[in-house]
Amino acid sequence: MSKANVFSRRTVISAIAVALAGSMVVAGASAKELKIGFVGVTSGPAAAWGTSNVRSMKTSAAWINETGGVKIGDETYQITIVTFDDQKDPKRAIAGMEKMVQEGIHYVVGPNVDDGAAAVRPVAEKNNIMYFPYAFPKSLYQKPASNAVLGMIANYQSGPAIYKYLRDERGVKTVAFIAANESDPLSQRDGGVVAAKALGLEVVADKDTYQNDTRDFVPVLTPVLRTKPDLLVLSGVAPGNAPLLIRAARELGYTGLISTETAQDAKVLEEGAGELANGFISVGGASTPEIRSEVMEEFIERYIKMFGEYNDESNTKVYALEYIIETLKANPKAIDDVSEFKKTMETFSAPNPYMKGDAVLKYVGMTSFGQKRQVSVPMVVNEYRDGKFITLFIAEVD
Amino acid sequence: MEQVIANGLYLGAQYALIALGLTLIFALMNILNFAHGQLYVLGGFVTYTIYGQLELPFVVALFAAAVTLAVIGAFIERFLFRTVIKRSIREESTMLLAAGLAFFLDAVILLIFGEKQRGVPKLINGIFNWDFRLVMPYDRILIGFLAILSIVTFVLYMQYSKTGRAMRALAQDRVAAQLMGVNVERYSMIGFALGAMLAGVVGGLLVTITGVNSGIGGPISIKAFMMVMIGGAGVISGAIAGGFILGMMESVGLTVLHSYGDITYLVIFASLMVFLSIRPQGLMGKPWG
Repeated sequence: MSKANVFSRRTVISAIAVALAGSMVVAGASAKELKIGFVGVTSGPAAAWGTSNVRSMKTSAAWINETGGVKIGDETYQITIVTFDDQKDPKRAIAGMEKMVQEGIHYVVGPNVDDGAAAVRPVAEKNNIMYFPYAFPKSLYQKPASNAVLGMIANYQSGPAIYKYLRDERGVKTVAFIAANESDPLSQRDGGVVAAKALGLEVVADKDTYQNDTRDFVPVLTPVLRTKPDLLVLSGVAPGNAPLLIRAARELGYTGLISTETAQDAKVLEEGAGELANGFISVGGASTPEIRSEVMEEFIERYIKMFGEYNDESNTKVYALEYIIETLKANPKAIDDVSEFKKTMETFSAPNPYMKGDAVLKYVGMTSFGQKRQVSVPMVVNEYRDGKFITLFIAEVD
Repeated sequence: MEQVIANGLYLGAQYALIALGLTLIFALMNILNFAHGQLYVLGGFVTYTIYGQLELPFVVALFAAAVTLAVIGAFIERFLFRTVIKRSIREESTMLLAAGLAFFLDAVILLIFGEKQRGVPKLINGIFNWDFRLVMPYDRILIGFLAILSIVTFVLYMQYSKTGRAMRALAQDRVAAQLMGVNVERYSMIGFALGAMLAGVVGGLLVTITGVNSGIGGPISIKAFMMVMIGGAGVISGAIAGGFILGMMESVGLTVLHSYGDITYLVIFASLMVFLSIRPQGLMGKPWG
C-alpha cells in the first residue's frame, strides 16, 4: 500500500469525523436534551411491571421527539429515557438511582415495588430527585418525605370502592384474601382486610399466601376455596399469576367473584384463563375504549408499532412522563430545581390528553397523605369479559 | 385428603420430569446445569409459538420443542461445555459457564418472546369431579399421564437401548467406559441433548396448564436442584423419587400449614437441611459420588 493511499484514507476518515462532530454540534444547538430516568424491574417474573413503564415512556418520548421536541420555557428539548433494571432488588434499585444522579437526572419514574421505592428514598432526597414509584407505603408520600409521587391508585384507595360496589351491587358478604409472600402483596392484603371489615364484610381467609414463582396454584387454592367465599381477592397479584390463579380457582369449582386492585392485561388473561376469566374485576387507567381519547388511541398504535404488542398496564403507566413534562412546562425553572417542581405541584392543572371530555391532570393525595404527592389518574374499575375489559365504574382520588 | 394426594401426584410427575434432564447431565458430565430452567422456558415458548400462535396441532408443537431443545443442547455441549472442560480442570469453570448461560438465555428469551405471561388453549375441556372430594380437570389428568409416560419411556430407553447403556456406563465410570470403546465425546453430546430435550418436553407439556413467561427459568432450576438433592445427584431413580417427594410435600404442606401463613417452603427447606446433614448424598446417591 502506498503512502499516498494511506494519507488519502486518513484524510477521508478525518473529514468524516469532523463532519459527524459538526453535525452533532448543530443538532445540539437546535434542541437540548432532557433526560428522564426509569429505575424498576424489567427482568424476571415481574418484568411486565417495569417493561410496561419503559415502553410507555419510550413511546411517548419518540412521539414528542418526532414532532420536534417539547418546548419548556424558551428552550426546546429532545427527550431521552435512561433506564435501569433493578431486578426487583432494593440494592440494585439504589445503584440505579445513583446512576441517575451521575447522569444529572432530576426526574425518575419507578421503582415498581415497595422495598425498592423505600430503598431509593435517601438517594433521591439527598440528590434532589423527584421520583414516581408504583409502591404504596404511605410513609413515602407523607411529610417529612416530599420527593416521591405515587404514580397510580393505591389499593387502600381502590379496594374500599370495589368492595363497597360488590357488596351493594352483587350481594357479596364473605371475602377470602390470597397474596404472594412478598412485601407489596402482603401489605395490600392487610389493607384489603381492614377495608373489607370496615364495610361489614366477613373475612373468611386472610392468611393464605404463595411463593411468587408458583406455577401450579391448585394446591394453594384448595384450602382457601373450602371456605366458600362470595369474593376471592387476589391481593397485589402480578399479571403473570392472575390467569393461573383464576383458572385454578374455576377448575376447582369456585363460582364466586374474583377481584384484584392491581392493573392487568386482557391478552394475558385471555391466553392464560380464556373464558374462565370472565367476570374478573381489576383496576385500570384510561383502560376502556369508551373513555379513551384519540390521543390515547394513537399512543396505543405507536406503542404497538414500536414494540409489537400493547400492554394494558400502560393505560396507567402512560401518565407519569406526561405529568413530569407538563409540570416542567408549567414552571420551566423546575427543570433542574425540584423545589420549584414541588411548588408547582400545589396548583398544577392541565388537560388530560388521554381521556375524552374535560378530565384534567392534577396532583392529589391530600386525604391519603396530607399533601399532594400522587398523580390523578382515573380509577377505572373493569370487568374482564371475552378478551376485553368493560368499565364497571369510574371514580377519582382526592 | 383425596384432593391433596391427587395434587401431590400431579405435581410430582411434572417435577420428576423436570429433574430427570438435570440429573442426566450431571451424571454424564459432572455439570451443574444452572440453565436447565431456561431450557424448560424455551420449550414452553416453542410450543406456545407453534400451538398457540401458528395453531398447528399440539403434537407437532411438542415434537418441535423436543427437537429444538435437543439441537440447542447438543450445540451447548459441543461448543461451550466441551471447550471449557478441555481447557480447564477446575469444576467451577463449568458452573460459571452454566450460570452465565442461564443469564444469557434469560435475556435472549425476554428479548424474543417479551415480558408477558403466555398461555395456550386447553387441550381438553371438562373436569373430573367426584362429589367435590376430588376435582381434577381432564387436561391435568392428560398431562400427568403424558409426564409419567415420558418418564417410563426415558427409563426404558436408558435401560435397554445401546445409547442408554453407553450413557449409563459413562455415568458410572468415564475412564472405564472410554477403555471399553465408548465414544465419550459423542455420548456426552447425546446426553446433554437428551437432558435439554427433556426440559423442552416438560416445558411444552406444562405450557398447556401453567403457561410460560420469560422470568421463570431461575425458579424452575432451583426446584429442579432441590429434587436432585433429595433423590441423589446423578441418579435417575433418585430424581424421580425427589420429584414425587417434593410434589407431595408441597401439596400436604400447603393444605396442613395454610393457616400459619406461607411456611410450607420454610418447613421444606428446613427439613432438607436436616436431611442433607444426615445423608448428604441424598436418598439414592452414593457418598463417593
